[in-house]
Amino acid sequence: MSTKRKIFRWAVRIGMGLATGITAALTLFLVGYVLIKGFPNISWELLSTSPSYISERIGILPDILNTVYIVIATLIIVIPLGVGAAIYLTEYAASKKLVGIIEYAAEALSGIPSIIYGLVGMLIFSNNMGTSLLAGALTLVIMNLPTIMRNTQESLKTVPQSYREGAFGLGAGKWRVIRTVVLPGCLDGVITGCILSVGRILGESAALLYTAGFAHVAYGFFDGLTQSGSTLTVALYVYAKERGEFGVAFAIASILMVLAFLINLSASMISKHHQRRNAA
Amino acid sequence: MKHKTKSLEHIIHGIFLILGLITVGCVLLISVYLILSGLPAILEVGIADFLFGSSWEPSAAEPEYGILPFILTSIYGTAGAIIIGVPIGFLTAVYLAKMAPKKVKAVIQQAVSMLAGIPSVVYGLVGMIVLVPGIRKLFGIPDGSGLLAAIIVLAIMILPSIIKMSVTALEAVPKEFEDASLALGATPEETYFRVSVPAAKSGIAASVVLGVGRAIGEAMAVMMVAGNVPNMPDSIFQSVRFLTTAVASEMAYSVPGSLHRNALFSIALVLFLFIMLINATLNFFLKGDRTK
Amino acid sequence: MKKIITLALAAIISLTALTSCGSSGKTVSTDGSTSMEKVIGALGESFMNANSGVTFTYNPTGSGTGIQAVTEGRCDIGLSSRSLKDSEKANGLTETVLAYDGIAVIVNPENPVHDLDVATIAAIYTGEITNWSEVGGNDSEIVLIGREANSGTRDGFESITDTEDACKYRQELTSTGDVITAVASNPGAIGYASVASLKDSVKALTVAGVTANEENIKNGSYVIQRPFVLVTKADTTLSETAQKFFDYATSAEANDLIIKAGVVPAT
Repeated sequence: MSTKRKIFRWAVRIGMGLATGITAALTLFLVGYVLIKGFPNISWELLSTSPSYISERIGILPDILNTVYIVIATLIIVIPLGVGAAIYLTEYAASKKLVGIIEYAAEALSGIPSIIYGLVGMLIFSNNMGTSLLAGALTLVIMNLPTIMRNTQESLKTVPQSYREGAFGLGAGKWRVIRTVVLPGCLDGVITGCILSVGRILGESAALLYTAGFAHVAYGFFDGLTQSGSTLTVALYVYAKERGEFGVAFAIASILMVLAFLINLSASMISKHHQRRNAA
Repeated sequence: MKHKTKSLEHIIHGIFLILGLITVGCVLLISVYLILSGLPAILEVGIADFLFGSSWEPSAAEPEYGILPFILTSIYGTAGAIIIGVPIGFLTAVYLAKMAPKKVKAVIQQAVSMLAGIPSVVYGLVGMIVLVPGIRKLFGIPDGSGLLAAIIVLAIMILPSIIKMSVTALEAVPKEFEDASLALGATPEETYFRVSVPAAKSGIAASVVLGVGRAIGEAMAVMMVAGNVPNMPDSIFQSVRFLTTAVASEMAYSVPGSLHRNALFSIALVLFLFIMLINATLNFFLKGDRTK
Repeated sequence: MKKIITLALAAIISLTALTSCGSSGKTVSTDGSTSMEKVIGALGESFMNANSGVTFTYNPTGSGTGIQAVTEGRCDIGLSSRSLKDSEKANGLTETVLAYDGIAVIVNPENPVHDLDVATIAAIYTGEITNWSEVGGNDSEIVLIGREANSGTRDGFESITDTEDACKYRQELTSTGDVITAVASNPGAIGYASVASLKDSVKALTVAGVTANEENIKNGSYVIQRPFVLVTKADTTLSETAQKFFDYATSAEANDLIIKAGVVPAT
């Protein structure tokens, strides 16, 4: 082997080793740092109470509930919209141009940074209906629409064309074919899309600060939606920045990180399951 | 009876058409709102003074609304993050996609996903507590916050997008290409870098563009480490403000309806135009991949 | 598909049942300054404890947004951590001072400097004095930490030290917590933050020998302070519940809570 090739070989090896080492070390450091600073501050009291100014207690129960509410509200609205859009694209759309425009729009939506979503959400929703969880959820609907649409579309593509043709051959109308053949086939995609969306909602702060506000009061679901409220990430932002309560902030951060880990795990498990089923 | 089902089919077709067009509607809605709320201040200040003015002093007796410092900072900051983040992300991706043992690959990929799951405020917080004092001590300067700190934070934050997308692109390269190269006597390293990488180049390019989009759009983390003073970015230690942070930092306190607040919307409009440009570029690369 | 919907519905219903503290018609909504979180949170909490069935909401959005919200009738009482501007008063708004908040000048605990007068602080912030050794400290450059434009704290600090638009900030941070973190991690830094939110990680300076405590803020000898203001509409009367809260908050009865929140009651 010529020296030049040897040099290339070693340069590449060292480069890759170094890069992967840096990535791994950074991740280890960040994850470790947050967990070490956060875990000692997690207590049952923190998780199960509302904050009280009079007794100077900090509790994140309202933030946990708000997070659950906003996830549910967002998914309930975004799933029909996203699935519908995906069905239109794969089952109905005849014009290639229109499909191109819709897909381009979806890509544009997923590239818009959350601070812009926050501003536009404030202008469109919060200024008309008040700063509330619902305004935040509606903003998140626009943000997550492409994710649900894309994943549903992918799974619809795996429904064999012969199924549809078979159903048509039996005299079923298009709507019936969609209901009985197409919709069941997209369940995997919808679930993957939901998991990814939940991950994105959990990590979101900029888009929610201006639309959902950051109050920490526990309500029931329907009352909660009309009130301002903070999700866990927004609460993390408030405690770290406005209050300087870093212990609580890192405790919330470690909870969020564990959730992110579980979400990634379930997403990869579902995609594995999906691949296996398609292979079979 | 038949007529009835037919009209039902038409209605359902219509409903799905509306649902299909909803993404287009959202993009239009966002564009219209941003243009309507962003344009007045640009017109009032004057487009040249707004875009190329080098001084931002909204609360001065004679307010000035020049956003050139923000535009340049966003460009420099993004470029810096790309210069640091892309080589690391790219080399890691090649290693993960082609050379890493299965177990190592699984662990690192899971770890990278966790990196993506950390909220940006946490990046900002750790940056403030660890990175900013680190830079201050390392370079012996009075304060460590500034462009360099922001670049490092951004470089780390774009790593997951670059790694994930490049790995996907590299894994999609047909095995036959590589086998042929290996059979001709090339080493694995030569094969991966001279055959696989060129074959996956549009996917890798797309990952870089995606990284650009992420970096230019990040607000919360950068706000805490960049110093956030509207200076021209003439040194990497300079305390600077990005387009995103300009909007985020003054939104809460600006007086609604004032020229100041409207100018913040104008900044958002400029940022939006940048993002649309980046999206068009991304689309170009992805299209290139599809037509091949 | 159906299963998911059923599951989601079941989840909602169980959650609704879990926290079934539905609101009745009696609400007081406040909106505005983030610096007033502690004091308004405490007042609201005790008001709700004393009047069962009343819901008190506080939306910490920033003084500007709060003032807009009360102008548009989206909340009962707006909260501002600065006095109203003339243009805002002309819009039909009235201000009632709830309390006074001291703005502490803070340095890193390692810094040997303990006291500065207002003129020296102004000279430091305008860049005339750039090294700590000029004011009796170590030989190190002074790093100026401040807040973003239009922040209530910055407005208060700059108007009292007469340094409006003249401050040569090294960092303009967007929250009290950030200012404290930045000062705590840099031995050469100086910053300012609400007395109510101070932490042990930073050291508050005395200003011309006067400590920023309740007594000195109240009698005005600690000069760097700003008002916490309740903003209402001049031409509309408050709802019965909102008026009740307003009266409670401005009464002597509320003073203990206001003091506990770290600020000084106006009455």
